[in-house]
Amino acid sequence: MALSADGWMLPVVDEDGEGFWEGTLAGELRMQACGSCGAMRFPPRPMCPRCQSTERLWQRVSGQATLWSFVVAHPPLLPAYAAIAPYPVVVVSLVEDPRLRLVGNVLDTPDGPINQVDPATLRIGEPLGVVFAPMVGQDGTEIAVPRWLRSSPVNGS
Amino acid sequence: MSNPKDPGASSRAGLLRDATAIVGIAATPFAKHLEPTEAELACQAIVDACADAGVHPSEIDALCSYTMEETEEIEIARNVGCGEVTFFSRIGYGGGAGCGTVGHAAMAVATGQAEVAVAWRSRKRGSGPRPWTNTSSQLRVPGQWTRPFGLLRPVDEIAMLTRRYMHEYGATRDHLANIAIAVRKHANRNPAAIMHDRPMSREDYMDARWVSEPLCLFDNCLETDGALACVVVSAERARDLRQPPVYIHAFAQGLPPEHQTMVNYFCDDPLTGPAWACARRLWANADFGPQDVDVAQIYDAFTPLILLSLEGYGFVERGEAPSFSDGGNLEWPGGALPVNTSGGGLSEAYIHGFNLIAEGVRQMRGTSTSQVDGAETCLVTSGEGVPTSALLLRR
Repeated sequence: MALSADGWMLPVVDEDGEGFWEGTLAGELRMQACGSCGAMRFPPRPMCPRCQSTERLWQRVSGQATLWSFVVAHPPLLPAYAAIAPYPVVVVSLVEDPRLRLVGNVLDTPDGPINQVDPATLRIGEPLGVVFAPMVGQDGTEIAVPRWLRSSPVNGS
Repeated sequence: MSNPKDPGASSRAGLLRDATAIVGIAATPFAKHLEPTEAELACQAIVDACADAGVHPSEIDALCSYTMEETEEIEIARNVGCGEVTFFSRIGYGGGAGCGTVGHAAMAVATGQAEVAVAWRSRKRGSGPRPWTNTSSQLRVPGQWTRPFGLLRPVDEIAMLTRRYMHEYGATRDHLANIAIAVRKHANRNPAAIMHDRPMSREDYMDARWVSEPLCLFDNCLETDGALACVVVSAERARDLRQPPVYIHAFAQGLPPEHQTMVNYFCDDPLTGPAWACARRLWANADFGPQDVDVAQIYDAFTPLILLSLEGYGFVERGEAPSFSDGGNLEWPGGALPVNTSGGGLSEAYIHGFNLIAEGVRQMRGTSTSQVDGAETCLVTSGEGVPTSALLLRR
């Protein structure tokens, strides 16, 4: 079970998602793309639903996105999350293709906590840019998760 | 999906039409906590449904339920005293499965694989743990793309779609309140409902605590212990049994392109979910359309699922469900389309939507506590936002 030492749920890296999480550790947002027709897809999977190719690669994207929707979570929640509630969770749309959407958290400063932004100020459609937050699992595994900054540096810079 | 195929083009469309009927229904009491085990509740509901129908449990030869049902077929069979069971099936995706269990039962009977089919659901969700608190089962796809960010619970997942829905169509909390209040009024008329004695005003709704904004406590279904079952036989057999037959006019399941269960954010158009795919097949297999439906039982684990479903099943155009919910249109009596006339999952009981099926049958028998005068047709749906299913019932 992947929990951080302080009780946060961490991604379980599997064969499909490996390239994504290698990217976040390297400070890059990468999307899976079909090696045959080139269409990007998310979440990652073995086969392209458009052309049925199993050829696939990881493609760096700009990390620029817009806010698609958000919720503000209140208890009851798992203990680590309840301790910082209420906090917003967002879905962002990537500028490369608005149908590529990721769940995440929005921040005012790159290493801020996920309850940092006042949810009343969030606006659907507002621009966001990716940053990466390092996390450490109970077994010492290092991983980085994407977060979304309201005024962001360029991805990977 | 820009060019959905026409399901009506199949030469075999409608083969199931009125070929089978629901002839028995039963429910245990509903409560926050019941003493018997889920297995015992399941068996009691099944035996009672057989008694309602006037068939003996030894005649049961098909068993259909949810993959999330904990009581296995072998336990049902050796408790209630089934004879030789020749068809058994399970349907996945939680609350999306309900109508599917009855639909599979109907298909088994219509194709000669069985003669007396039972569909059931037993769940101690009132006294048991909340599924999302089990962290060890939460991080497979799509969980690894959502849970680490604090999107932990079903209510968070549906709240995300709801916020987007409100943004695109101008819906407000008042529209969600319309839903919660309508079904609560129906529960107040139903002595079996958990919320029978608990009226709800608009102020009650607006003052309720947040759970996942924009959804508050009263946008969430109940947490209930209970079990229900129904019996399906052929239309011919149904005519000789105790109860007036309630015909299964049409049935469909729906799993749209690039869907992810509960988090339908990763497809072209997240606000047209599984209901839309299910509806195309359902109506193609039916002799009538949404304008001919007298009463509807719409899966309501969360209030916004009713708005999405009203659009998906074609009662209104896209984005028009919020305004349709105004003016008591969803309320008994007199509403254009009374929904969840027993109180639904929000206010009667949350047994993964199976109580909606039982209420659909009661409406067709004329025995609902909020009986729609002269009702001849009823739509029953299962979960929206997950791979789903639906039934059209008629007298």
